[in-house]
Amino acid sequence: MPANPYNGFTDYGIGLGLRVPHYRHILAKKPVVDWFEIISENFMVDGGRPLEVLDSILEQYRVVQHGVAMYFGSADRLNREHLRKLKRLVKRTKTPWLSDHLCWGSVDGRYTHDLLPMPYTFASARVTAQNIRGARDFLEVPICVENVSSYAEFHGSEMTEWEFLSEVVELADCGILLDVNNIYVSSKNHNFDPYEYLNNVPHDRVGQIHIAGHSKFEKYILDTHDHPVLDPVWKMYAHAVKLVGRTATLLEWDDRIPTFDEVHNEALKANQFVEKQFQKAVA
Amino acid sequence: MRVNSRSQLKKLQALMASTLFRPLTARDRMQPRWIDGRSMRAVAAQFIRPNDRLSSFERLEIYNRVYWFRVLDCLYDDYPGLRAVLGERKFMKLITGYLAKYPSASFTLRNLGSRLEKFIREEPKWARPHERVALDMIRFEWAQVVAFDDPAKPSITPDDILDARPEKLRLRLQPYLSLLQLNYAVDEFLIAVRKSESDVLRSEASNIVEAMPKASRRSKKKVRSPKHQRVHLAVHRFDNMLYYKRLEPEAFAILIALRDGDTVANACAIGLAASRRRRFNWSSQIKNWFNDWSSLGWFCQPDSNPKES
Repeated sequence: MPANPYNGFTDYGIGLGLRVPHYRHILAKKPVVDWFEIISENFMVDGGRPLEVLDSILEQYRVVQHGVAMYFGSADRLNREHLRKLKRLVKRTKTPWLSDHLCWGSVDGRYTHDLLPMPYTFASARVTAQNIRGARDFLEVPICVENVSSYAEFHGSEMTEWEFLSEVVELADCGILLDVNNIYVSSKNHNFDPYEYLNNVPHDRVGQIHIAGHSKFEKYILDTHDHPVLDPVWKMYAHAVKLVGRTATLLEWDDRIPTFDEVHNEALKANQFVEKQFQKAVA
Repeated sequence: MRVNSRSQLKKLQALMASTLFRPLTARDRMQPRWIDGRSMRAVAAQFIRPNDRLSSFERLEIYNRVYWFRVLDCLYDDYPGLRAVLGERKFMKLITGYLAKYPSASFTLRNLGSRLEKFIREEPKWARPHERVALDMIRFEWAQVVAFDDPAKPSITPDDILDARPEKLRLRLQPYLSLLQLNYAVDEFLIAVRKSESDVLRSEASNIVEAMPKASRRSKKKVRSPKHQRVHLAVHRFDNMLYYKRLEPEAFAILIALRDGDTVANACAIGLAASRRRRFNWSSQIKNWFNDWSSLGWFCQPDSNPKES
C-alpha cells in the first residue's frame, strides 16, 4: 500500500533530509535522489538565502515538509501565526503531505525546542487529535504524525504508546510517520517489545517511514541521528515494510553529518529490504 | 498526576516545562531543590515513572540537560563576538541568566537572542565591566540575524525615481537593512575573532573534539579588545550574502532620516547640518552615495519596516 490518502496518494521512494552541509554538492552536482525532506521551520522565513536554496531545490526535486514545532500534543491551542507561515511554505513547496511529531513542546508561548513525550491518556489523545484536525483543515494537506523517542513516562498514562498513537490517528483520521528508530530507542528506554509496537499500529495509515542512527549510553539510548542505521533498526525496518508495504522512507542524519554520498548510500540500503520483501511476496 | 482533561494536561505540561527551564547546576546536573524548597526528587516522582535503571529524577534530568545544551549551543554559535568580548565563562553565565529570565518565545531558535539587548539594558551586571561594548556587539550580531533572512521588498531602481522631485520624494529602506551607531569597532573585532576561530577549527582533529560540548571545543586564542571608536554601520545582504559596510556620519544621518520618513531633500539637509566638513563638494558626494545605496538594493517600495538604529 505505497500510495494512500495520508501521503497524498504518492509513491515516493527513498528520500534524504536536506541539510546545510550538502547544499553546495546538491546544487552543483544535482545527484539523483527520489525526494528531499525539509525541516519546515528552517524555511518559514521571509527572505534571504534559505528561500533561495529551497527554490533551487524545488526546480529539480520533489520536497516533503517535516515539522518540529507544531506540538500537536500541546494543551494550548495551535499558534495561528505559525500555521499561517506554514501554509505559505506549503503553497511554495506543494508538499503532497506534511508531518510533525506526536509530542508537545511549548506552554503559554514559552518554547522548549524539544519533542516532549505525551501522557498516554484518552483525554490527551482527544486534545492532540483536535489539534491535528485543526491544522489539517487550515493547511489543506494530509498530515502524518511521527512517534518520538522518549526517555520518560508519566504515572498518569493509561495505555501503551502504540495504543495511544492508534487512538490519536483514528480520532484525527490522519496518517502515521512511523519512525522505526524511535520505536527501537523507546523500547530500550521503557522495556517493551518493539515488534509488538510495529504489529499493533494501524498499518493502512502509515504514509511514511523514518530510519536513523542513535547513541547508546550506560542506562539509556539517545536518539542522536549522528550514526549510520544500526542492525536491529534495519531488521525492524524489514518487518515494518512487510506489514505496511513499500512506503516512502527517509534517512535522518542531523549531526556529525558525513559527505552527501555517504548519507545517500546509507539511505539506499533501505532498498535491499524493500526488494527482498517484494520478491518474497511475488514468490 | 491524572490527565483526564485539557486543563489537567496543561497543568502537567506547565510543571514539566518549568522544571526544564530551571538552569542546571555548575556540574550540568538538575537542581536538587524545587522552587519552593522541596526535594526535586520528590517533585519528579509526582509525575514521572521510574524504571529499573533510572529514577524519576534521572529521567526528568535527561530532558533538563538536553534543553539547556540545545539553547546554550544555539546562542554559543550565534554570538561569537559577544563570547569573545566577555570570555567563555562570563558569556555562559550571561546567556544562562538571560534564558532563565527570557525563555524562548518563538517556535524557531533563530529568534532566541532577540531579547538579549533588552536583558543587558535591564541587568548590565552580567556583562560588567564590558557592558557598553557587549551592547554594541549584541546589536551588531542581532543585525546579522535580521540581514540573513528578513524579507526583501521590491527594490526601487534609478528609473523609478528619475522624474521625482527631491522635496516630495520619500524612499523606504529594506527591512533586512539595519543601521547601527556604535561606540566600538566591533565589526573589525568580529572579523578578527572569526579568523582566529577558523584557524583553530582547521587544526582540530574532527571526531575527538566533536564528542565534547561546544564550550570546551575551541582553544581560547585571545583577540585584542574592540577599539573605542564611533562607528556607523549598515548591516545588509546582497545576492543573499551577508555584508556590513561602514558609513560616513553624514551618510548615516541621511539614511536614518529616510528611514524615519523624511523626504530626500530633508534627509540630505539633516545629514549635512551635522557635518563638520566645510568647502566640500557635497553634491557629487551625495549623488555617489545614492548611486551606491541604490545599486545595493537598499531602497524599496513603501510598506517596508526597516530595523532600528
